[in-house]
Amino acid sequence: MNIDKKIVDDLVANDVSFVTTVPCKQLAGVIEEVEARKDIFHIPSNKEDEGMGLCAGAFMGGKRPAIIMQNTAIGVTINTLATLTQFYRMPLPMIISYRGELREPVACQVEMAVHTKALLAQLNIPTYHFHWQDDVKEFDNILKYTFMCNKPVAILTDANFWGGYGDQ
Amino acid sequence: MIRSEILKEIAPILNPHLVVCNIGLPSQELHMIDDNERNFYMLGTMGLSSSIGFGLALAQDKPVISIDGDGSVLTNLGTLPTIANNATGNYTLLIIDNGSYGSTGDQPTYAGMKTNLTDVARACGCENVIEVQDKDLGPVLQSAIDSDEMTIIVCKCDSGNIKLPVITLDPVVIRHRFMEAVKS
Repeated sequence: MNIDKKIVDDLVANDVSFVTTVPCKQLAGVIEEVEARKDIFHIPSNKEDEGMGLCAGAFMGGKRPAIIMQNTAIGVTINTLATLTQFYRMPLPMIISYRGELREPVACQVEMAVHTKALLAQLNIPTYHFHWQDDVKEFDNILKYTFMCNKPVAILTDANFWGGYGDQ
Repeated sequence: MIRSEILKEIAPILNPHLVVCNIGLPSQELHMIDDNERNFYMLGTMGLSSSIGFGLALAQDKPVISIDGDGSVLTNLGTLPTIANNATGNYTLLIIDNGSYGSTGDQPTYAGMKTNLTDVARACGCENVIEVQDKDLGPVLQSAIDSDEMTIIVCKCDSGNIKLPVITLDPVVIRHRFMEAVKS
């Protein structure tokens, strides 16, 4: 199974047509796939809170948005999640590269990884953790759930899910 | 002129259009001057008026005006390259540049010192950046809205605030009625 293609197929099948991204090595393939699809307007962001602002606007303009980002960004988007996305009750699937988990080669990434789920839990953000490739089968349901309840929802995808880092 | 005087003057120009208004006093002033369902008031999240308005402009065809301040733009400077590189003709970013953080007690911003937001916007790749003095804003804003070209307006004005109450509208009500106006 090509998980990059599966994720983007599910986005398109759920009418997600506005996707903003902040890159991560693990997400390179899915970002490339987003860029390639005609059904999706892809707009790279310089920072994740900016991206959440773009998504809020796109949602109010009638598009279903999504953001693709790294878990370190949870540290810089808490205010935006609380005072914009949640306060105004807007849906936002967050496809998050979960750096600092099993098979992570960079020690510093672990420092935010240990806070990631706690911060999401503190914000009452529904959170799913994809560790095995088969977990991606839940993605379609997660998207439907997100747009049903109008909440930000986190999908944490770790290195094992993406197949590790090879020789790094 | 101070910001509230400017907003009073341009309210009839803004009225028919979708407006995303910056947190704090700018939203409170616009709410007092001309509350309507086409205004999206930011009750929090400093810095994102430009990004929210831009996302809205990209998602549909109606003209969108983001009202921002110099302090807020400095908070979210990274969005100017995003705006420049994905330009859409139905978007106008109006930066009311009074050189101070008005809502927090008029502390000076760097835009009132050495940093020139007009130059910054141009350096970020924005092609149509107009700097205008407060009293001359009306016609410039009208032609920016009417034009097919995305425009960034930096409106230089005096710093100063009026006393007025906070917005007590529920955020979901603000968002819902705004989305209905977008659809209509």
